[in-house]
Amino acid sequence: MSARAALPRWADVALLPVVCLAIALLASGGVVALVGQNPTQVLVALIDGAFGSARGLSYTLYYATSFIFTGLAVAVAFHAGLFNIGGEGQATLGGLGAALVALWLGPVLPGWAMLPLMLLSGMLFGMVWAAVPGYLQAYRGSHVVITTIMFNFLASSLLVYLLVNQLRAHGNVAIESAAFTASAHLWSAREILAFAAVDWPGSPLNASLLLALACAVAVYFFLWHSLSGYRLRAVGSSPGAAAYAGIDPRRHVVQAMAISGALAAMVGMNEVAGVSGKLVLEFVAGAGFTGIAVALMGRNHPLGIVLASILFGALFQGGAEVAFEVPGFSRDMVVMLQGFVVLFSGAMSYVLAAPLARLLRAVVPEAAHG
Amino acid sequence: MAKAGPPALCMAGVHKRFGDVRANVDVHLTVAQGTLHGLIGENGAGKSTLMSVLYGLHPADSGSIAVFGQTVRIAHADDAIGCGIGMVHQHFMLVDTLSALENVMLGAEPHWYLPQAAAPVRQRLQELMESTGLRVPLDSAVADLSVGDRQRLEILKALYRGARILILDEPTAVLTPQEADQLFTVLRQLRAQGSTVILITHKLKEVMALCDQVTVMRAGRVVADMPVHEASVEGLAQAMVGRKVQLERPDLSAPAPQQASPVLQASGLEMRDAAGVLRLCGIDLQLHAGEIVGIAGVSGNGQSELLDVLSGLAAPDAGALQVLGKRFAAGTWLDPFSARDIGLAHVPEDRHARALVMDFPAWESAVLGYESLMQYCRRGWMRAGAMRRATEAMMERFDVRPRKATLASRKFSGGNQQKLVLARELGQNPRVLLVGQPTRGVDIGAIEFIYGQLRAMREAGCAVLVVSSELDEILALSDRVLVMYHGRITGDVAIADCSPERLGLLMAGAGA
Repeated sequence: MSARAALPRWADVALLPVVCLAIALLASGGVVALVGQNPTQVLVALIDGAFGSARGLSYTLYYATSFIFTGLAVAVAFHAGLFNIGGEGQATLGGLGAALVALWLGPVLPGWAMLPLMLLSGMLFGMVWAAVPGYLQAYRGSHVVITTIMFNFLASSLLVYLLVNQLRAHGNVAIESAAFTASAHLWSAREILAFAAVDWPGSPLNASLLLALACAVAVYFFLWHSLSGYRLRAVGSSPGAAAYAGIDPRRHVVQAMAISGALAAMVGMNEVAGVSGKLVLEFVAGAGFTGIAVALMGRNHPLGIVLASILFGALFQGGAEVAFEVPGFSRDMVVMLQGFVVLFSGAMSYVLAAPLARLLRAVVPEAAHG
Repeated sequence: MAKAGPPALCMAGVHKRFGDVRANVDVHLTVAQGTLHGLIGENGAGKSTLMSVLYGLHPADSGSIAVFGQTVRIAHADDAIGCGIGMVHQHFMLVDTLSALENVMLGAEPHWYLPQAAAPVRQRLQELMESTGLRVPLDSAVADLSVGDRQRLEILKALYRGARILILDEPTAVLTPQEADQLFTVLRQLRAQGSTVILITHKLKEVMALCDQVTVMRAGRVVADMPVHEASVEGLAQAMVGRKVQLERPDLSAPAPQQASPVLQASGLEMRDAAGVLRLCGIDLQLHAGEIVGIAGVSGNGQSELLDVLSGLAAPDAGALQVLGKRFAAGTWLDPFSARDIGLAHVPEDRHARALVMDFPAWESAVLGYESLMQYCRRGWMRAGAMRRATEAMMERFDVRPRKATLASRKFSGGNQQKLVLARELGQNPRVLLVGQPTRGVDIGAIEFIYGQLRAMREAGCAVLVVSSELDEILALSDRVLVMYHGRITGDVAIADCSPERLGLLMAGAGA
């Protein structure tokens, strides 16, 4: 009976995001034209920068890797009815957890034991960092949005304190830890593809991408095919119904936050073990927040999140290329472009749903109810 | 009674579609001035749609409306109010934190400075209360008013805005029998003063007792329109459903001889809410195999809390429970999980917030509470295929429409949602069944079906506890009736000794 037009599923999943993206690009194009640049040239430079070369593609996928982790983290919490803004802090702690293992056990452990241990330690750190706000929400009623934001600041301060006062190598002026041993190095795409005798340019892209894709598949099976996932979604959609079914909503809130934190923490593997080989300041670089936009755009579905991550990766990488290639086009313009994509694809995505449904019904009447 | 002159309302050839659904098909409705006109039909019959069209909430696709002989165009609720049409919605449209007076003024303030605006409004309301007998404490916050007061306030609000045609949507759903009688007195008085009242209801007895004319809708069309003195309850029910309906208590076998030990025995239940208010007090109750016990009472007298406690959703502060051979005491109370495990099923009062996860497809909602059973789950992984097949079987057995297990739970009508919940809970062959408001928001055809299922459970030896605020329902189903008032059980009456008057008095707290 709802008077609101409903989109058929295929249009909701596929068509709407594409339309939103197109409008975001149009709006960006308008601004680009206003400042006296050629929108087509910028767009071509952007796409070419992101996908036009093996090196560009590698950077795009490297950025996407972190976004997949944080996007999945936001999605898992979302399905439990929670808005986890704390991906940034949880990722920071994930990197810290991984780095501590690498620094302390580096000389004794071989690579095959070191990397899984770093991963587990990082996940544990991120889990705890997210479970505390989860606990406060579930048992003490402190809103998880507020506490996770606060935990971002705490994480950032903790990292600075540890790097400045505890982990900085003697005699090093830079605020960073000692370099890890070779056993704590996660294989880069270049190294992996060398096995297959493919010559691939050097880039930060590393094996974390495979981990991210595996996580996406795992999250899908967890949410939609496991008993815990069923219960978690029941808690998120209807705490009353969950309680009626004998599912403890509070326990599942903590559990969902813990899983969410563990996913965000894997950013640490990508950045710390895959790229820098040491613990540095600000290595998360906003991936935690971009994850929110990614999850929004990907409709909190793992497949959507992977696609949205690649899009955002392309915007980051292509944007950097544009700033470099097109004279007079600054990095700020790239940020504006990203802003439009978030605005139209995330925040305003359902503004267009109703007009699109009407249009669809006018064009293909029978399809609109499929 | 009916004045001469043009009809108060004449809707002609109204068509309204929502997508594929033809909610109104060529509807003609004529309401004479100064009459009480009943508009009845099942959920989805189109009566609410017709009234939304009239009130300007959903403009019609085609058709015309004439009010007191004048053809009017109603595109917005303001137009309807301008024509003298007032509506009292089933869910009150009041701001809890404002006073009764402020609620009447809201949106129709005669002056920007509120203290100055209040004086004339108060005076006009006093006059209205004087002439209609609708008395409401004007300075109390709405949150502190009783349900009856709120409803009177809604009517006053409409009259204050100059309503000469008053539409009441299911007005008695929330009232005690006594409050309903008061309302009827007021409505008769309004009619005597020349107002026209359209009463939307599914309670045929009310139509018979109160209305002058009745219009029956089914599947978007008007199927009958007749003076009430020519109508009968059976005839109207048949017109509404399209076939003969049996709701009255059939001749059941006498309740199974009461065994020495009841299957459920609660004693001394006591519970306070978060604010420290006593919600349950000294509740003793027994339930035997093969009987249906009805709990009557006006909503909010502890019935919901009692259901929560008996089903393990909430633990009492004091008391003991013995159910199906297990003993529980305050402190180590039953939980919903073990309740299901020992064979106690619960159909909750609130379908939307409790019984179903509205966003889940039917096949996921249909295993809620039983999701960890072997048949649906193996080693922590859900068996989607088995769940779907089980849901399809439930839908088949309980005639849930549409038979589409992948449809979101919220897209089913109230009756079909309730059937799905019953199918889930009865499917596990419980030995004790707790049912809250079995037919709230359910249409008459589904009511008949649900009653049949509950009676079948009784015949099969299940102990059934039914909580309902509908007295007719209690009388139609129960072998024994308990009445709750202010958290206590104030009456325990065998069905043979029950009369609506006696139960009504008990429900209002007026001693046994």
